[in-house]
Amino acid sequence: MLVVLFLMGAFLSVATEDFFSLENLFDLLVSYSFVGIMATGLLVVLISGGIDISFTATATVAQYVVAMYIIKHGGSWFTAFAMAGAIGITLGAINGLLVHYLKVSAIIITISTLNIFYGLLIFITKGKWLYDFPEWFVNGWELFRFQSSSGNIYSLSMPIVALIVAFAFTAFLLNKTVLGRGIYAMGGHQEAAKRMGFNILGIHVFVYCYMGLVAAWAAIIQAQVVQTVAPNSIVGRELEVLAAVVLGGANLAGGAGSLLGTFLGVALIAVLSNGLTLLGVSSYWHQIVIGFVILISVSVTAWNSKNKERKGADIDVEA
Amino acid sequence: MWKRDPLLRNLLLLLIVLVSGFSLVLHGQFFSMANLQSMAFQLPELGILAIAMMITMVSGGINLSIIATANVAGISAAYILTSMLHEGISASGMVFVILLAFSAALFVSFIVGAINGFVVSYIGVSAILATLGTMTVVEGLSVLITKGSVISGFPAPILFIGNGTIAGIPVPLFIFAFCAIVVSIFLEKTPFGVGVYMIGSNIKATDFSGIEVKKVLVKVYILSGILCGIAALIMISRFNSARAGYGSSYLLVTVLASVLGGINPDGGFGKVAGLVIALVVLQVISSGLNLLGMSAHLAIALWGGILIFVISLSVLKDKFSKPQAKA
Repeated sequence: MLVVLFLMGAFLSVATEDFFSLENLFDLLVSYSFVGIMATGLLVVLISGGIDISFTATATVAQYVVAMYIIKHGGSWFTAFAMAGAIGITLGAINGLLVHYLKVSAIIITISTLNIFYGLLIFITKGKWLYDFPEWFVNGWELFRFQSSSGNIYSLSMPIVALIVAFAFTAFLLNKTVLGRGIYAMGGHQEAAKRMGFNILGIHVFVYCYMGLVAAWAAIIQAQVVQTVAPNSIVGRELEVLAAVVLGGANLAGGAGSLLGTFLGVALIAVLSNGLTLLGVSSYWHQIVIGFVILISVSVTAWNSKNKERKGADIDVEA
Repeated sequence: MWKRDPLLRNLLLLLIVLVSGFSLVLHGQFFSMANLQSMAFQLPELGILAIAMMITMVSGGINLSIIATANVAGISAAYILTSMLHEGISASGMVFVILLAFSAALFVSFIVGAINGFVVSYIGVSAILATLGTMTVVEGLSVLITKGSVISGFPAPILFIGNGTIAGIPVPLFIFAFCAIVVSIFLEKTPFGVGVYMIGSNIKATDFSGIEVKKVLVKVYILSGILCGIAALIMISRFNSARAGYGSSYLLVTVLASVLGGINPDGGFGKVAGLVIALVVLQVISSGLNLLGMSAHLAIALWGGILIFVISLSVLKDKFSKPQAKA
């Protein structure tokens, strides 16, 4: 996967002048930060053996409520993120509790909650678009900026910082904490994890809350980037994020998946569509190419593991 | 069947409560011919797509590409209809073009189904990933063919499929009933159907019992694809147009309807009859709320709520009935 990405990068930098420019890479990071941040949350849920489809609805609800609040009352970045976080965690907790107590596959629960969250939001708000944000929100913030040779100004802005923070924190969580081990253990075998003494209820609630939190924050950042809140702009993109995470090797059955893989998955899709644009391929072709890449990559993975299984002559009584 | 299945019994009860509730609140408006007819017009599209989803779920899979398949099939048919029909074409010429368009739609959906089936069974990709991939490719294909625009303007016979009535009963409802009956016979009365249920319960055991698992799975996805093609014909006729993004909100609703109708998301259980009742429940909710002047989005939220409610009921019932069984 790394090799594929590297080859593609090398090819694109030779074939087009713009690909390896800082401008392009920064633009790429900004425009895919949203998908990338959400992907870290979804990865955690997938590793735990669950799945979350409702995170786009959670994101939309958080985005909308926060946008309404700051347009009316002002506030600051702190209030925006705190509010979004609270909403994300609350909706996530609902998912986590339902998944834990109803014992129905998580995809069903989260499809239902997607409909509930989103339907109620549009019902109450009538689906109006929001703009006219306060100045501090319009301007965003950045760590440092520099001027490129062509005179454009580029900066380490909020989306990029948030993306880095999301990946760094998720890496810490998964690799360095007991909770992270618990998430892997539960995804590997729930009953075994339970007998080892992990708190299954706690982990269930935590992973869905984490997904909710991450989705809500990503939504605030996306709102800052596009400067409008349209209630229908995020819902419907859940499968796009799922595809990126799965491309990165996360196992839908749980227990496996790495952050590096997820990063590469998101990067692959980003570089692919960016490269096609730079090469002058009509945008109508992009989705087909990306679809084929997904199909081929999952096929190769499945084919390899099938052959491995055959060679191992492994008799699996359980499955 | 009803006594043994608490989920279905709850569903039927729910339907009775909903219908009587709405008819009380709406003073007979609910049972008016106009409302019944409009319900009968709205149900079939979603219904046929839900059957397409349901059969893959019974086999332990899922088909995320149903909407994309329906759209690409609809677009193929629409493309033929609009490019080959012209003013003053003879009646037999028109019949030929329409038949050609129908077969194109069914053929395209057959191919997509066959690809899904092949990738799932012979390559061994999990259904959710395989169909996610084909969904992306096929959706891209639709965008490429139409360049993102709408193909519209069909002849009267096509419009009849989606909008006509025979003896007051909408044509789409006949098509839906036909599909539901055929699929339910397939699933419950043929060796193929037995194979599908067995695969859904335990694929390894089915393999060892001598059923050709791979072939059955390919057939399941082909059947699912063809149903999408049929739904596509109704869709293009109702909209009098075809476009890449139509009906995308239906995708998750078909899963919801299936589970509400007692189809086990892990595979192996569920019947067409349950799905049909679930579809009627969903339709009653949205039509009833519509008559009350409520937004369609409230109906969507209620659909989700009802599914969780019904699941909770059966979980709770399990909990309370177990101790009794022991005693």
